[in-house]
Amino acid sequence: MDIISLLKNLSETSGVSGYEDQVREAVVEVFGRYAGEVRTDTLGNVIALKRGTGEMEPRRSIMLAGHTDEIGLMVTQIEKGFLHFTGVGGFDPRVLLGQEVIVHGRRTLPGIIGSRPPHVLPPEEREKTIPMDRLFIDVGLPPDEVTALVRVGDLVTVQRELTPLKGDFVAGKAFDDRTAVVAIAACLEQLTGMRHAWDVYAVGTSQEEVGLRGAITSAYGLAPDVGIAIDVTFGDQPGIPAAETVEMNKGPAIVYGPNIHPVLYEALVETAKSLELPYQVEPAPGRTGTDAWAIQVTRSGIPTALIGIPLRNMHTSVETVSVKDVERTGRLLAAFIARLDAEFMHRLAWRPAEAPEEK
Amino acid sequence: MILKELSEAFGVSGHEEAVRQIIFDAVRDDVDEYEVDSIGNLITLRRGSAQARKHGTSGAPLKVMVAAHMDEVGLMITHIEDNGQLRFAKVGGIDDRILLAKAVYVGDKKVPGVIGVKPIHLQERKERNQVIKCDKMTIDIGATSKAEAEQMVGIGDYVAFATSFADLGPTLKGKAFDDRAGCAVLVEIIKGGPYPCDLYGVFTVQEEVGLRGARVAAYAIEPDVAFVLEGTICDDMPKKKDVSPTTELGKGPAITVMDRSFIADRRLVQLLVDTATELGIPYQFKQPLMGGTDAGAIHKTKMGVPSAVVSVPSRYIHSPVCLLSKSDFENAVRLMQETLRRLTPATIGKNE
Repeated sequence: MDIISLLKNLSETSGVSGYEDQVREAVVEVFGRYAGEVRTDTLGNVIALKRGTGEMEPRRSIMLAGHTDEIGLMVTQIEKGFLHFTGVGGFDPRVLLGQEVIVHGRRTLPGIIGSRPPHVLPPEEREKTIPMDRLFIDVGLPPDEVTALVRVGDLVTVQRELTPLKGDFVAGKAFDDRTAVVAIAACLEQLTGMRHAWDVYAVGTSQEEVGLRGAITSAYGLAPDVGIAIDVTFGDQPGIPAAETVEMNKGPAIVYGPNIHPVLYEALVETAKSLELPYQVEPAPGRTGTDAWAIQVTRSGIPTALIGIPLRNMHTSVETVSVKDVERTGRLLAAFIARLDAEFMHRLAWRPAEAPEEK
Repeated sequence: MILKELSEAFGVSGHEEAVRQIIFDAVRDDVDEYEVDSIGNLITLRRGSAQARKHGTSGAPLKVMVAAHMDEVGLMITHIEDNGQLRFAKVGGIDDRILLAKAVYVGDKKVPGVIGVKPIHLQERKERNQVIKCDKMTIDIGATSKAEAEQMVGIGDYVAFATSFADLGPTLKGKAFDDRAGCAVLVEIIKGGPYPCDLYGVFTVQEEVGLRGARVAAYAIEPDVAFVLEGTICDDMPKKKDVSPTTELGKGPAITVMDRSFIADRRLVQLLVDTATELGIPYQFKQPLMGGTDAGAIHKTKMGVPSAVVSVPSRYIHSPVCLLSKSDFENAVRLMQETLRRLTPATIGKNE
């Protein structure tokens, strides 16, 4: 699989939370290459099923969740042909000045979040940040055309083509969380050449950025025996203490903490070690803010794990990842799934501590 | 359209070679002479037509210098960190606030890089209201060590924004319209000749760092009249306070009366206005005292040169992406061509 071209395709496709039609179509196509059955559900999740060969009854299943939605903007007001907007998901307004965007109006319109030139700004102005309600989008059309083509409530995505950097690094938009969708596709591709007992549900979840909503309903509907969420996590970058990040290009982060079933954590670590695949441990002392947080408490509870793909500049148009980390995440998932057998659920179950056997 | 090629070319002040080559290729068959001087200006001469009116003791046609600057604002690498991140300084006037999370090209090899920013999730609330200064930012080219970075880039490398040009219908967007728009207008003017004067089409360097190219070019040419073509400030977007904008998009080329660098020759301003009025070409006056141009250097050259400035209003100049109106561009070309056809020695009080 050409990870970069798939990531480019998915990253450059638009899909703001709740308006994921375009990216959903792309994910249906990608998962469909490797999984026999693909469907979408009420909230817009993409659910692909790759059946296992295990003879247990009923057959066990694992859910892999990577969210398809991206953060974006929404038009709130049109003033003399300029568009005012608010955020859908968490954008730092400071990264938006001078940013190119795509306005999803009656047709797709390229736009610019304009900045006043330094020539006309008093020096004290330059010392102040500009709040989102004072930013605006310019689509370069006369006001009457703008009002014909754009309505309040229209969605806006940031514009950025995938940019290959040196070595294994690439930069672009919506890598949160399209890199996970790519990793899941890579996992499915690998599984086509492996035997696996469990059924695999590959789920592109919707509306993660606004409250893990797709994960809540898809996990409920599928009721998997095990869930693994794949999301991006903070990669090392200048200005952030090392304690708050994992390293770039040193393998996926296997997350540990209350959101994670400890046996799943151990099993993932064992798998990584047996593959001699680089991995890192990321402690998460509480809320992980990922689909794993929702899946864990679905129905009567689902053992859940979380894998983080290290990423710099999260929630900007220049999110940066190592392609190798994406590939490794797919490989780790496939190997983990291939090891799941009829007995694995027993390993997950709590048992009272037994007295040491007498010799 | 040559503006696309010019806009996407890499030409931060002091490093205008790529832009110069594009312009040279475009005009070489239309000019009688050309020269690149020691600082890097491309000076072309298109001789006057047979109707050119002679003047003065030399009996030569009027020497008219029309200038546009090739350079753009950008960045320069100042330091490479041990972890492979690049520190930089600004070349020309850039508002630090437009730099975060932008894509750039570093050096002649156009190594792609991005200006990183701490994710919003890890910021403390008070940080969000603070402007991040450029000395706190770095460019990430994907290098993991200083040695690795040094294989691709070096200290002193120029950095330009990575922005592609696009046609939005009535408007065009791209980087560096200040002053590739002026360069493109000048190319069209040269191609539309000859005129009844000797036309010195000059593509200058280093305007953004102090009008340095225009100054030496004007000294060498010693023109009778000078026009400067600019992609100028256009701040007609909604503002908190309702104040009149410097220029407005789509209202025609902007004629400068006075800016921070010079006062336009009123006879040339009158000729521009008369020409526009006669032909029904829309025009506007640029709000006084905003910005400065090469005319600031040219008009003070030697014994002084009557000068005027005509601009294509461009929104968001000095940021990664600008926007201009096609009709403003076309009208700027037409206004200048027709003005050159009407310019006589008498316009500036010289005897024929």
